[in-house]
Amino acid sequence: MAHLLSLAPPHPGGATGGPGPIHGLDPRGRVLAAAAFAVVVTGLSSLPVLALAAVAALAMLPLSGLPPGPTLRRMVMMDGFILVMLVLLPFTTPGTPALILPGGLVATREGLRLAAEIALTANAVILMLMVLVGTLDPVRLGHALARLRLPLRLVHLLLFTVRYIEVLRAEYDRTRQAMRARAFRPGSNRHTWVSLGQLVGMMLVRALERSERILQAMKCRGFTGQIPLLDDLSFGAGDRLFGVLFALALGCLIAMEVALVRAA
Amino acid sequence: MSALLELDDIHFGYPGQAPVLAGASLALGPGERIALVGANGTGKSTLLRIALGLIRPARGTIRAFGQPCARETDFQQMRRRVGLVFQDPDDQLFCPTVAEDIAFGPLNLGLSRAEALRRVDAVLEQLALTALRNRVTHHLSGGEKRLVTLATVLVMRPEVLLLDEPTNALDPENEARLLAILQALPQAILLVSHDPAFRARLVQRELHLAEGRLGPHPHPR
Ligand SMILES: Nc1ncnc2c1ncn2[C@@H]1O[C@H](COP(=O)(O)OP(=O)(O)OP(=O)(O)O)[C@@H](O)[C@H]1O
Ligand SMILES: [Mg+2]
Repeated sequence: MAHLLSLAPPHPGGATGGPGPIHGLDPRGRVLAAAAFAVVVTGLSSLPVLALAAVAALAMLPLSGLPPGPTLRRMVMMDGFILVMLVLLPFTTPGTPALILPGGLVATREGLRLAAEIALTANAVILMLMVLVGTLDPVRLGHALARLRLPLRLVHLLLFTVRYIEVLRAEYDRTRQAMRARAFRPGSNRHTWVSLGQLVGMMLVRALERSERILQAMKCRGFTGQIPLLDDLSFGAGDRLFGVLFALALGCLIAMEVALVRAA
Repeated sequence: MSALLELDDIHFGYPGQAPVLAGASLALGPGERIALVGANGTGKSTLLRIALGLIRPARGTIRAFGQPCARETDFQQMRRRVGLVFQDPDDQLFCPTVAEDIAFGPLNLGLSRAEALRRVDAVLEQLALTALRNRVTHHLSGGEKRLVTLATVLVMRPEVLLLDEPTNALDPENEARLLAILQALPQAILLVSHDPAFRARLVQRELHLAEGRLGPHPHPR
């Protein structure tokens, strides 16, 4: 799922995506806002309010400077993960029949509603995440999380994943080349399975051993479990304004939900 | 004389970087031993990978054993007869034990397990590596890995050997042994080595790679 948060091309120091207004906001504020949005939206259940939340996330897109086409395509990729569930839900949820397919399959009104609710929630949250957090480059995201007192282990995990995922991919490519150089052609036979198994196993073992060597090298340079986080973040007037507006918007969503549920 | 391996007018650049090769050509005849010389980063290893079709040139043709190689299937055929020893042994060894890694190639050639293991033992004997037979590959020393990668290629009995800095990490004794082994081999060899003494004792001809092209060495011996 790394590509969803646009971890793919790491630009050390710079932000990912074009320079939209969001770019200037404090990363901590953006992470917190995205988290708050996710919590509120997963709590919503009335469809019109959920639709409004999704529209709000969509409306933020131009502010982020992300290219709309590829960003929406990434969102659709995420939908691929939940597609099977969305398709099955109408037929597996008990309730009032709404649609009868040839072959006796019955889609229920409740199931369709549930599927729509989940689809709206997931898309609104992922879009807001991409807009607010996906525009952070991984290193700044890591620093922001560390400043938000997330466990350092998790932050290190993120930073090292970003740093070494490319190394692992390059190692995999080179080993595959070396296998082809020795006339390896994958087929469906025991030799192929054993060889590919050994390739994967060896990559895991090597990654483990590499991590130990990296730790040794880091210790040689005085590593004690903390990575000094260099850039200092500043939470300014613009961030406060953003925070207040965002909180107001979330408040509106909640108020509408409450009103609609009462009315029903 | 028809060349075993022929590269003609090869152009190549890694994405987003200046071209590495710009019109490199070479021909390796039967029994011939040629050294490829050039500064670090001039593209020697890249050229060897291109020769085996592991990466594709932007332009240029590759012929092996008189056949043009363009598609992956052509290269699959030629890789059975051309062996490449990679510059970094860690790229090459991936099986848990030495014996399994050496057997990988012969199994790809379609030999039975028993035959493959017979060949493994023969090549281990030839390189005096029998003691390493059941060792774990990634725990070998740098020089041991070097020799094992050579074994993984020799065991396939290729007609052409491409060696990318094979003396890296070898002690003088093992280097001398490797030299003796290579000198005794009948195969055509394309050698990349930064060691003038080693080259002088193994090859008949040197090609210099500079600015993406191959030419006669500028300082003839
Ligand atoms: N996978 C890669 N991606 C991008 N650039 C690469 C890659 N591999 C090599 N290069 C670059 O291509 C150039 C040629 O590399 P190559 O490994 O062929 O050099 P070489 O002549 O073998 O050098 P050396 O003598 O140090 O082994 C170098 O500038 C190198 O940085
Ligand atoms: Mg090289």
